Amino acid sequence: MTVETDVDLQVEIAGCTFRNPVMTASGTFGYGREFEDFVNVSRLGAVVVKGVSLLPRAGNPPPRVVETPCGMLNAIGLENVGVEAFLHEKLPWLVELGATVVVNILGNTVDEYAQLARRLDGIEGVTALEVNISCPNVKEGGVAFGTDPLMASAVTAAVRRASKLPLIIKLSPNVTDIQLMARSVAESGADAVSLINTLLGMAIDLAGRRPRLANVVGGLSGPAIKPVALRMVWQAAQAVKIPVIGIGGIMTAEDALEFIVAGAHAVQVGTANFVNPGATEEIVEGIAAYLAKQGLKSINQLRNTLIT
Amino acid sequence: MPGQFLATVEKNESLGPAICRLTILAPEIAAAGQPGQFVMLRSGRGLDPLLSRPFSLHQTFPHGRIQVLFKVLGEGTRKLAALGAGEPLGIVGPLGRGFDLAAPRAGARLGLIGGGMGVAPLFFLAREIQRRLPEFGLDVLLGARAKQELEQLLIDFGPLKIEPRVATDDGSLGHHGLVPELIEKEWGKDGKLRQVFCCGPWPMMAAVAQRCRERDWSCQVSLETMMACGFSACLGCAVAGSGQRERYFHVCKDGPVFNAADISWE
Repeated sequence: MTVETDVDLQVEIAGCTFRNPVMTASGTFGYGREFEDFVNVSRLGAVVVKGVSLLPRAGNPPPRVVETPCGMLNAIGLENVGVEAFLHEKLPWLVELGATVVVNILGNTVDEYAQLARRLDGIEGVTALEVNISCPNVKEGGVAFGTDPLMASAVTAAVRRASKLPLIIKLSPNVTDIQLMARSVAESGADAVSLINTLLGMAIDLAGRRPRLANVVGGLSGPAIKPVALRMVWQAAQAVKIPVIGIGGIMTAEDALEFIVAGAHAVQVGTANFVNPGATEEIVEGIAAYLAKQGLKSINQLRNTLIT
Repeated sequence: MPGQFLATVEKNESLGPAICRLTILAPEIAAAGQPGQFVMLRSGRGLDPLLSRPFSLHQTFPHGRIQVLFKVLGEGTRKLAALGAGEPLGIVGPLGRGFDLAAPRAGARLGLIGGGMGVAPLFFLAREIQRRLPEFGLDVLLGARAKQELEQLLIDFGPLKIEPRVATDDGSLGHHGLVPELIEKEWGKDGKLRQVFCCGPWPMMAAVAQRCRERDWSCQVSLETMMACGFSACLGCAVAGSGQRERYFHVCKDGPVFNAADISWE
């Protein structure tokens, strides 16, 4: 089903125009090609690719995923092909299709983040960087950067110096004060923040009295986390002037619209891609249909319209 | 090429204690599916359980029908088992790499061995082997906890003129014991080289892989793991490779069928 409407879905983030506010959440959409049978990736606001590191990473031992009520826990451990293979083997396909590409980057040290940002600076087809300072599944780097405002600030500043690309800093929900974290990265040069990454959780196999993930703990995602995500996106949007990208349990157009009403410029769709591989395009169409029905001309008219 | 479809349940049969066989109208998957490939299924009602479940293709039929065979183990399979004829069903597939039927060794007999719900893909495989490799002899070994789990499947093998050898944990049918033990009893004597295709619980496949290695038989195994998506986006379904391969395979994309020698069985 394609809804033909004249509503304007374009959003501006960090000086870039995205054709609509629906992006894929990193780690749930591979490098785009995994979805070629299900989605026209050039119709999405952006493809945020699986996080890349300087060198390839094998990830954590299995079991890596477990289902939980209305959600899932994962401890993939940032398995990825590394930045060079990404640039040579993965990016060209996305560029050829006309997809808008945001590259998610991750490192073990501040310097690794900076090196990645430098390597990706000026590469044709890379629209923006999303800096992952919030993965709960790795021992070094990862969430350590995302839970300490000083570390988050240091990474942001280093990446800012290393690249002219627009910077989206992806925040962790595993903090006491999300507004403090958002302000901290905004003041250090972030052009936007995206949130939330997964919530740290665990599951136990009672029969064996063992953790159900080999890593013991993992990241919780899916509809179960939407209320937490919505609250944090709303709080972050109050705290900073830079655009906020909402992530967390978005399954439908209605879910996405709630985030926009709460103050998000755009949204990222994650776990829904596993449940319904066509979810992102359906959400784009659903948003257009909703706006048309409401008599709104532009998605921007809906943003931050929560009545409290 | 895989796709996402809204399919319809045509028939829901009970084949034994908590064992279900769904016949589903899904023409694209029936036309394209190969033995060993799988589909992701969701009952489509509500968000709990959230994820689809992988099921190997038990059979495909002309006129657009497929079958899956499964045991009710949790909420996802319980919901699938409750589906009635005419009800809609979300389906993604066909997915993964199936059994490799290219160039068996000349003169070989081919051996199929399944345990528990691992018997599910073997009927489809046996039918395809007979169609595509009619010159090769075919032996089937099936294992289950008890007789009731196997009765209907043994009837289904009838038209293929195959009489599977059977092992049951409780001794209610065939050999009293584990199915890998039948390898010595049934395949150990005639000296005809076997190329083995295996699907079942991990310890069973590990035992079969070891026996095949000792005899220098080639062995393909169909693995099952927890997976979220089925098409290598989540990277959740990792299994460790063997030997020098210090890497993980992904069951959904690199498999589910692997050469047993490539897998670390520890």
